[in-house]
Amino acid sequence: MKTKNIMIVGVGGQGSLLASKLLGKLLLTKGYDIKVSEVHGMSQRGGSVVTYVRFGDKVYSPVIDKGEADYIVSFELLEAARYTEFLKPGGKIVTNTQQINPMPVITGAAEYPADLVKKMQAAGIDVDAFDALKLAEEAGSSKAVNIVLMGHLSKNFDFTMEEWMQAIESSVPAKFLELNKKAFMLGRDA
Amino acid sequence: MKTLMLGNEAVARGLFEAGCDFVSSYPGTPSTEITEAVAKYPEVYAEWAPNEKVAMEAAFGACLSGKRSFCGMKHVGLNVAADPLFTIAYTGVNAGMVIGVADDAGMHSSQNEQDSRHYARAAKVPMLEPSDSAEALAFAKLAYEISEEFDTPVFIKMCTRVAHSQSIVETGERVEVRKTYEKDPQKYIMMPGNAKRRHPIVEERTQKLIAWGETAPVNRIEEGEDHAFGIITSSTSYQYVKEVCGDKYPVLKLGMIWPLADGLLTKFAASVEKVIVVEELDSFIETRCHELGLNVAGKDIFPCIDEFSQNLVADKLGVYAPVCGAKLDDVIPARPPVMCAGCPHRGLYYTLAKNKVTAMGDIGCYTLGAVPPLAALDTTICMGASISGLHGFTKAGGGKAVAVIGDSTFMHSGVTGLINAAYNESNSTIIIVDNSITGMTGHQQNPTTGFNLKGDPCTKIDLETLCRAVGIRRVRVVDPYDLAQCDAALKEELAADEPSVIISRRPCALLKYVKHNKPLEVDPDKCKSCKMCMKIGCPAISMVDGKAVVDNTLCTGCGVCAQLCKFDALKAPQEV
Repeated sequence: MKTKNIMIVGVGGQGSLLASKLLGKLLLTKGYDIKVSEVHGMSQRGGSVVTYVRFGDKVYSPVIDKGEADYIVSFELLEAARYTEFLKPGGKIVTNTQQINPMPVITGAAEYPADLVKKMQAAGIDVDAFDALKLAEEAGSSKAVNIVLMGHLSKNFDFTMEEWMQAIESSVPAKFLELNKKAFMLGRDA
Repeated sequence: MKTLMLGNEAVARGLFEAGCDFVSSYPGTPSTEITEAVAKYPEVYAEWAPNEKVAMEAAFGACLSGKRSFCGMKHVGLNVAADPLFTIAYTGVNAGMVIGVADDAGMHSSQNEQDSRHYARAAKVPMLEPSDSAEALAFAKLAYEISEEFDTPVFIKMCTRVAHSQSIVETGERVEVRKTYEKDPQKYIMMPGNAKRRHPIVEERTQKLIAWGETAPVNRIEEGEDHAFGIITSSTSYQYVKEVCGDKYPVLKLGMIWPLADGLLTKFAASVEKVIVVEELDSFIETRCHELGLNVAGKDIFPCIDEFSQNLVADKLGVYAPVCGAKLDDVIPARPPVMCAGCPHRGLYYTLAKNKVTAMGDIGCYTLGAVPPLAALDTTICMGASISGLHGFTKAGGGKAVAVIGDSTFMHSGVTGLINAAYNESNSTIIIVDNSITGMTGHQQNPTTGFNLKGDPCTKIDLETLCRAVGIRRVRVVDPYDLAQCDAALKEELAADEPSVIISRRPCALLKYVKHNKPLEVDPDKCKSCKMCMKIGCPAISMVDGKAVVDNTLCTGCGVCAQLCKFDALKAPQEV
């Protein structure tokens, strides 16, 4: 199988590491070769963060480059717009519509661009945008945005529900399991 | 068992399986997880040392006693440990000793982009360089075999993309290795007479290692169909080359990066029409090829700045032209890292900015005080440089200035600077921002926190007592959430005609035990849109339709913004 590329982008502290952990667990049980590249350190302090998940028969590079992503999963709208160049032809962006102002916008040095979903669509990009924060809160915690997004992404793959649920079980603490399962289903049904 | 592991976790697994008994490190991105992961194995003693020099010396002592040892650090940490390194290279080891060093090409979380491979060559210490997690595990084990066979410390060199990428590893069983210590002054006491006898042994050792590397499986030639060119590479660059070229061109994949197997380089070069060296950062392999008289290309094609990627390698090798996805016309604002909402450093930095003092900064989360709107710092060089730099600045008549240094950084290398300030009677005001943890690298314990790496209670170094003991008479503690207190303390200490220390003390707001207050609320009728609350650069506050708005998912209720509001518009919920 040709290597598949999933980029997970967001704002440091939003929980993208859990999303990549879940994907890694799932893909390992499916027998793929896998590479998951993360960012630690300074960027985690509210900066723009990127995680690369690659799987296939044999994966060499740990990173995804411009023009290569089959999917970009974005925790925040501006971050989806930041990485559009990484999509491959026919690739798809799955994004939360939540907006978090970066410091240059907060201080007035820059503006948060308006109508980003429309602009991405106008540029010919396949965008699947929805309010993952609302669904996470419905599931019981705003922190479950990561699992809501994974639920929504899951519609694009033919892994079984059982396989996804097993991956969730091995990635989250037992006391948050029901909340996360609910978050996943809300995202999948959205 | 097959499992997915970070490169750093795989190094830790390799240390465990090799029977490593003693680990001493100082945290630093991207090396930190090696030591955090190895500490989870109950068989291994692991500790955070105050700095990398101490860690390396401790690891040497442990290997001397007969146990396999390890010390880990980031590239700039190796500068701190360079002193023992160059002499441990002479003494050699008893049980094996491995040094982990992680470079940060692209400077994701570092102040420079130095290439640690030069240290291997300069100190005459062998260096292994894995290209994924499976190799990280295998090379950590191999490093101990080399260490004991050739009587030398051995580097395992990581980079961000190998350290922080997960890939599949196969785990094995632990072996136990025990040696006994025997007194051997000629080997271990490096006074000139003995060192003179050791140096030729070191040079012979390098020659033996070169011979070993010629046939050792750690270096391998991967055949290719097209001999128009061959590629010499290692580490993550190898992965990019294979991603781009597959099995088309022959590749010499180097696992031992120092000493280089001269014969293998020569043999490979003779087998292809043209040789291209693909290596991140400096010319290192390429330089050795030139010394051997080999005609190779390298840095004339590839940059010595920033990390590589498959598109860059494809472009430079002329294999294919990458096709990028669509780009929006809008300018996408940057999202730089910021100090967190509720960060205790914020109130202190506001005070410094308001008083317009020159501030010598240091290395940690608090370096983010340099970012607008606070823009409260003037310099950042290396660990500890704030205090010693301030001393020079004030002695030379630079004017009112302070040093800002974190608790962990102060323990690392601030203490000696403080001793200098006391001894040479500096008119310096040193601010220790004590958030009771090593923050930037992800909450590691340090000598001031009262807990060790394993999380057990331990001796807590008292900062006030330490500062007084080195001769500072003026030592005071402030709460950085209290702006009036910070302002008064700063003004008084700057006015004092002697060195002084202000400890700005409050635990990091991200620590699990720190209780947050309820998020503040804005009374829109009272908000006069003056934007005073925006001056502290808190990510929880923004202006919406001309009025301040608090993001209640981020706000910790620290109340620093409320102290700036002249109209009482920002309040804790019960007061509104």
